[in-house]
Formats: sequence, C-alpha cells, structure tokens
Amino acid sequence: MSTSLPNTPQIAGSFFARDHSRHPPSYAPGYKSSVLRAPKQTLVSFDSTLSERTGPAFGHNMIGELDNDLIVNYARPGEAAIGQRILVHGQILDENARPVPNVLVEYWQANAGGRYRHKKESYLAAVDPNFGGFGRSITDENGYYWFKTVKPGAYPWPNGVNDWRPAHIHFSVFGTGFVQRLITQMYFEGDPMIDICPIVNTISDKEAIKQLIAPLDMGNTIPMDMRAYKFDIVLRGRRSTYFENRPEGN
Amino acid sequence: MVNTINYLKETPSQTAGPYVHIGMVPNFCDITGVIAEDLGKAMIGDGTKGERITITGRVLDGAGNPVNDCVVEIWQADANGIYNSPAEHRSGADENFAGWGRCPADKDGVFRFDTIKPGQVPGPNGAPMAPHVSLWIVARGINIGLLTRMYFSDEAEANAKDPILARVRPSGREHTLIGKREGDTVTFDIRLQGEEETVFLDA
Ligand SMILES: [Fe+3]
Repeated sequence: MSTSLPNTPQIAGSFFARDHSRHPPSYAPGYKSSVLRAPKQTLVSFDSTLSERTGPAFGHNMIGELDNDLIVNYARPGEAAIGQRILVHGQILDENARPVPNVLVEYWQANAGGRYRHKKESYLAAVDPNFGGFGRSITDENGYYWFKTVKPGAYPWPNGVNDWRPAHIHFSVFGTGFVQRLITQMYFEGDPMIDICPIVNTISDKEAIKQLIAPLDMGNTIPMDMRAYKFDIVLRGRRSTYFENRPEGN
Repeated sequence: MVNTINYLKETPSQTAGPYVHIGMVPNFCDITGVIAEDLGKAMIGDGTKGERITITGRVLDGAGNPVNDCVVEIWQADANGIYNSPAEHRSGADENFAGWGRCPADKDGVFRFDTIKPGQVPGPNGAPMAPHVSLWIVARGINIGLLTRMYFSDEAEANAKDPILARVRPSGREHTLIGKREGDTVTFDIRLQGEEETVFLDA
C-alpha cells in the first residue's frame, strides 16, 4: 500500500504514539499472573527508527490449504471437530483506516468444551481427538482474512476462587513494522461472561473492550452450514512521509 | 462544522495466555501435522552472509523464577545493516536472511537464536546506530508484548554513540541492554521485574 506521492521515494513513516490508556497496564493485580511479570519501570519512549518501522514478511505460498480450517486441519481423514461450526472473518486495518494486505494472522483456541490441546491443560472437559486448535492466514490484497472453526467453550482457570474465561479466540497479528506486532483475544457478542472476566477487565476503558467483541454477522453466514462472526483488527498507524525528500540514512 | 478525521483506534492487547505455543509454535507443543515446521525456527542457511553468532539468555520474573512459558521473537538487520522487509526503502538486503526468528523458552526460561551479527542501521538524522537486535516477549501474565533491544558488549565504541542507549544512560540501566559476548555466544538475560529489570521500549 503506497503512502507516497508519485515520484517520491517510499519511506515507511514512523508510527503514531501508542495510546496506552486503551491497553491493559502491565501490572493488573486482578489478573494474578501479571503481578510478578509486569515491568515496574516506565517504558523508554522514542520515535521509531528503521528497526521498528520495518518488519518481517511472509509469503502466501507458506500457507497450506487447510491452515485456515480448524474443523478439519487436525482431524482424521473423513472426520471433523465437534462443536458449533462458525466462520470468523474480518479485515486487518491500521489507524489510518487503510487495509493491511499480505500480513500473517495466527489464531488458537480451546475446543467446543473449553479444553486446550496442551500438556499443561488440566480442565476435565473432554479432549476432541479431531481438534488441534491452531490455524493461520495471510491477509489478501484488501487486508481480509477468514477461517472456519468450532465455537470455543468457556473454561474455568485458577485465578480467583471461581473465575471463568468467556469463549474466546487468541490472535497474533503482524503488521509491516515490528512495533505493530499485536496479540489479542476475540470475544463473542452477547456472552455474559465477558463482563466478569479478570483478563478482559485488565482493560479499564469500556469502549476499548467493545473493540474485542465480534458481532454475529448473519450476512456472511453460510446457510445450513455455519454462522459468521466478524472481527476487524486495527494495528498502529504510520505517519505520512509525503514531505520527506531526503531518503533516510543516505 | 469542521472536517472529520476518521482515524481508527488500535485494537487493545490481551495476554497471549498459557497456551501461546498452540498458536505460535504448534509443533513444539505436539500439535503436529498441521504445519511442517514452526515458523521462525531457523534463521540462517548456508547462503546467509555474515558472522555466525548465537544469542541466548533466560527470561526471569520478579521473583527470579524462569518464565518457562514465554515466546521470544527477534528482528534484526542483515550483515550490512539492511532489513529484509517491504518497509525497508534501501535495496540489497541479503535474500538468504529473513532477519526474524521465534523461540519458545525451555523449562529453564532459556531462549536461543542461531543467527548472524547485524550491521549498523541508520538512526535518527541518518547517524548510525550501534549493532543491535530487537526482541519482543509475550507470555501468560504479560498483558502487552514487551519490546527491548540487545546491543553487543564488543561494540563499546559504537554503543557510546548510539542515540537510543543515550536516552537510557541517565537511568543507570543501560547495562541491561548489553548482551555479553564470549566467543560466538552472546548472552542476554531478560528480567521482567526487580532490581535489574530490563529496559523495555515504546517506539
Ligand atoms: Fe485462552
């Protein structure tokens, strides 16, 4: 996506300052794991250099045919994961509202019963032999991604005496600059567990939390097959470099 | 009535959680057969130009315990100081070096990257920055991914002139950003909290 006027060298601009008030603070004692893992010193801020403005790129040819189909990508031939079939789709955008094409999106989740396929997982919900819980996509030229999966279950976790995670899908997203890297979680519209989740509530801004809740999208539902949820993700925006004539570093 | 500026807001971060391996290094946690090899596992090949080094260290929490469930990503320039990235405006990056790696910590909180020593990258106003790599750490209990840089102990002269280290220097914490080089190995421990807390960056 070009941000340059014709005949000007394309220089990737520096990033808008991150609005930390919309993110969780490092230290959030309601989420107990953060207590010993939160830096206590302030971050050292500086305008991003080439080291932050650049980032890795991944080719479309890296993606396997089933990478974005969690219903079958771990299943035995002819079988499928158990659960409510859903399509999750959306657009990766930046704060300038420009689509971010050709970037890697990775996602992972518990199975329909709320159990992860992981050696540290001990929840008594059953393991689904046909569900791995991992998938990935690279956004198309308009920044879109989509995948098929089963709706994850809610699960209890050791934090408070009786804390539960709402149904959620974890996302890892790359932008075009290393400091656009983002890991977040998607929640499902209408879930009463969202409001009482200690991890959701590490974010103090209620409006910001809404950005993590995917609405039911009946317009993209596949009739007689799967309902759709739409989850757009916004990465940090870059400043324009229209007026920068001097190629940086030369 | 003024024009409207339709900026969007960045999506808030949420912790990667205890099962981050499923999504970022599935083979490492025994989810095999979906992808052939975990992404970012091998950074260099025979054709990669530059001096071979290993960057390794431990990630420790505020009690000094290993953060054995974290994932560390690294991003660096090639031997000539050029990034292999669509956002790099200079041409000529080493096509045999992507510059990015990803490593899950082991049970002792240890990560390891077999890579090459990066060249100098131009910084603000075009003056060179000292050789460095960028690191990003995510884990259960980390609410927003932590960015830091590792510089090299055998580059004292360049480090003294580095504009980012200059910003850190007055705090007396510059040493937390210097990887200790012994032979081909550079050791860089990352302390999330406590007396020797690593300097984390916002850029
Ligand atoms: Fe989870």
